[in-house]
Amino acid sequence: MTFLLLQALTGLASAATLFLVAAGLTVIFGVTRVVNFSHGSLYMLGAYIGWTVLGHLPRTPWGFALGVAATAVALAVLGSLLEMTLLRRLYRAPELLQLLATFGVVLIVQDAAQAIWGTEDLPLPRPPWMRGFIVIGAERFPSYDLLLIAAGPAVLAALWLLLHRTRWGTLVRAATQDRAMLAALGVNQRLLFTSVFALGAGLAGLGGALGLPLGSANLQLDLSVITDAFVVVVVGGLGSVPGAFLASVLIGVLQAAGVALVPKATLVIVFVVMAVTLVLRPHGLLGRGGTLAREAEAPALVVPATLAARWLGLAALAVLAAAPLFAGPFAVAVLTEAMIAVLFAASLHFMMGPGGMASFGHAAWFGIGAYGAGLAATLLAWPLPLALLGAVLTAGVVAALFGWFVVRLSGVYLAMLTLAFAQIVWAVAQQWTDVTGGDNGILSVWPSGMLADPRAFYWLTLALCTGGALLLRRVLFAPAGYALRAARDSALRAEAIGLNAAHLRLAAFALAGAAAGLAGGLDAFSKGSVFPTYVSIGRSVDALLMVLLGGVQTMAGPIVGAMVYTGLYDLLLQTVALWRLVLGLAIVTLVLAFPQGIAGALRRGQA
Amino acid sequence: MLNVSELHSFYGRAHVLQGVSFQVAPGEVLVLLGRNGAGKSTTLKSLIGLLRPRAGRVEFGGVNVAGWEPHRIARAGMGFVPEDRRIFTGLTVAENLETGRQPPRPPLPAWTPARLFALFPNLGQMASRQGGRMSGGEQQMLTIARTLMGNPRLVLLDEPSEGLSPLIVEQMAHAILALKQAGVTMLLAEQNLHFAARVADRAVVIESGRIVWAGTMAGALADAASHLQV
Ligand SMILES: Nc1ncnc2c1ncn2[C@@H]1O[C@H](COP(=O)(O)OP(=O)(O)OP(=O)(O)O)[C@@H](O)[C@H]1O
Ligand SMILES: [Mg+2]
Repeated sequence: MTFLLLQALTGLASAATLFLVAAGLTVIFGVTRVVNFSHGSLYMLGAYIGWTVLGHLPRTPWGFALGVAATAVALAVLGSLLEMTLLRRLYRAPELLQLLATFGVVLIVQDAAQAIWGTEDLPLPRPPWMRGFIVIGAERFPSYDLLLIAAGPAVLAALWLLLHRTRWGTLVRAATQDRAMLAALGVNQRLLFTSVFALGAGLAGLGGALGLPLGSANLQLDLSVITDAFVVVVVGGLGSVPGAFLASVLIGVLQAAGVALVPKATLVIVFVVMAVTLVLRPHGLLGRGGTLAREAEAPALVVPATLAARWLGLAALAVLAAAPLFAGPFAVAVLTEAMIAVLFAASLHFMMGPGGMASFGHAAWFGIGAYGAGLAATLLAWPLPLALLGAVLTAGVVAALFGWFVVRLSGVYLAMLTLAFAQIVWAVAQQWTDVTGGDNGILSVWPSGMLADPRAFYWLTLALCTGGALLLRRVLFAPAGYALRAARDSALRAEAIGLNAAHLRLAAFALAGAAAGLAGGLDAFSKGSVFPTYVSIGRSVDALLMVLLGGVQTMAGPIVGAMVYTGLYDLLLQTVALWRLVLGLAIVTLVLAFPQGIAGALRRGQA
Repeated sequence: MLNVSELHSFYGRAHVLQGVSFQVAPGEVLVLLGRNGAGKSTTLKSLIGLLRPRAGRVEFGGVNVAGWEPHRIARAGMGFVPEDRRIFTGLTVAENLETGRQPPRPPLPAWTPARLFALFPNLGQMASRQGGRMSGGEQQMLTIARTLMGNPRLVLLDEPSEGLSPLIVEQMAHAILALKQAGVTMLLAEQNLHFAARVADRAVVIESGRIVWAGTMAGALADAASHLQV
């Protein structure tokens, strides 16, 4: 009993820092409608800056308080700069591009933090006053954790007062509902948005500094925090501060209880909580429906290729097929990678363009396929064809199961749910060491017999990936594909003519998942190994970049995008040390240059 | 006070305002008459800056404000009351008024919630009620009161009588006349000729994005009786 109580208290303590991050994220979203992927990076910077600042201050409670406050202010300033230079230009962009651009910031901050603070974890040495404890039953409980537990409700109350008892708060709540009307009443939105962003970033910094004594400042904080914060914000209801509080307590306590009772299943519990909430209350615990309404984005049309383009494609295919006869082993390896990327991108495109579901966690299916194939080949000693089939089926079936939740959602909720699911698959891959090997991965997944020759394997990859992409195209231009697009453009109208939108979307989701699984399985055999990085957010973003680079409107788009991207990426990795910084800057620049997407820019160019 | 000349506005590629010109003199109430889809709301939105005009001038107090952002135009003293009311439903009546508050603009006396509650007695009784829990008529009054909190010199009113019961329309007409007494200049978009006749001094008629008639309200009524179909 005491044990459970202690676990619950520990959960509440971690809920406090989680709430600080989530509250900032949700307030920013409420007003600006931007889902700030880099919010976890702000938290991480809070931890690092807090570590530096606190190291220079007296190790007394007052010194600590001062250092934490200074960190929050520093982050508020950084946040305002970020808003003024980047986010301000993104308010009208499609939400997927907002996510992408802020993910670019994540990459930049990662390399910057590594350059400044190094790769070592930086724990905060606890001064004596922080090592105090109280005794519960026969156990000790740190009094600093009690302080954190109190901080959550205190910040909630302060935020409530700020939002409900000041003119600024009134304007913020009004802007959450109707920014244009507020502007017509004489309110300068820019000032309001920048200040909201400063508040959110300050809260993230506060969380980072306050959470420092529980762990350390390290380079993994950003993505782990943002995933938890996304879950909290979605469960609590986007834009709702009290909702974020409720959800952070719920998830913090469940996580702590999970660690104690079923250590292996903690992440699954979090996911189940989120899924159940979204099924019962699609807008989260305290979220309000309708506040999410955005100006409808122009639907992307997918047009069949012209005859000339088809001949060009056929010629390219012939060159690709003949490539191993004159190209060296390195070129063959890169081409294999490019073909796998083509199928991966085409499967995401199938979901996004015609299906209208912009997944931010497409790596989940790729990773499940890779692990499926890898495990089948090593543990079960299945031959390659059987292992690949296993990969496809596993990814397809899991996608169908998960898709049941996803197809009910759209926009930000869909992006966040898919992202969270991918993160959970990633965590499983990393933590279930008995089966997946954890960070060591699965090794020696080589094709045997004839296919051991890289050229033969390349031909197989070429055949399967082109075949897969063509199959997706075929479905797209078959009656089912038109029905799918009808369902995307208007679910209501589609239902009126007897199409079941949810079923169609589910089928599309499962099919796309299976295709990505095939790509993942092929990649496992091509590289001879499977690692958790196959399921990382970076991998999901790769796919998105390929699709957006090539454009959503044509089937050729993702294919060209995948080839170009693979080439550039390999080049970048080999030549630049700070490749994340460069890639991040490239993403941000790309989005700023084409806030409507490259495809959108082309469309306007034609008009 | 307001001098609009050759205003052109677009929604995407649709050329909706095709050279709109008219003037509003200080202290007068001008009504912009036109059928559904004639371009009344588009004109008002182009004046306040919610829609950026592609060409033309909007001289407000001697300054061309065309192309300015809405909040700057509003702070220059132009108030806008939209046709769909756009009350902040999650905020109380008092908070809705607060969102509109801007510094006073001497010599006109500053609007306060107390003065506005005197003008719209219904509102005074529900100061702490949520905007979403009000009737259409009450919301219409609140949206006008909210705009007045900005102490505008000129108020753009988009169909204030639309969808209201005759009793409320009557109250609305009283309120507008009281505002006129208080020295507020108004530009009113209307389809309801009877309502316009009660409050307006002059009228301009818009058709397919062009001004096709201008004159006194009495003249407009006489014309309407003969051939003008509004
Ligand atoms: N947001 C919009 N996008 C595209 N076209 C629009 C939009 N709003 C209005 N229009 C078009 O512009 C024209 C003028 O519309 P406007 O709203 O100004 O008319 P109105 O005179 O206010 O009509 P009503 O009496 O119905 O309010 C109409 O043809 C309308 O279809
Ligand atoms: Mg109108």
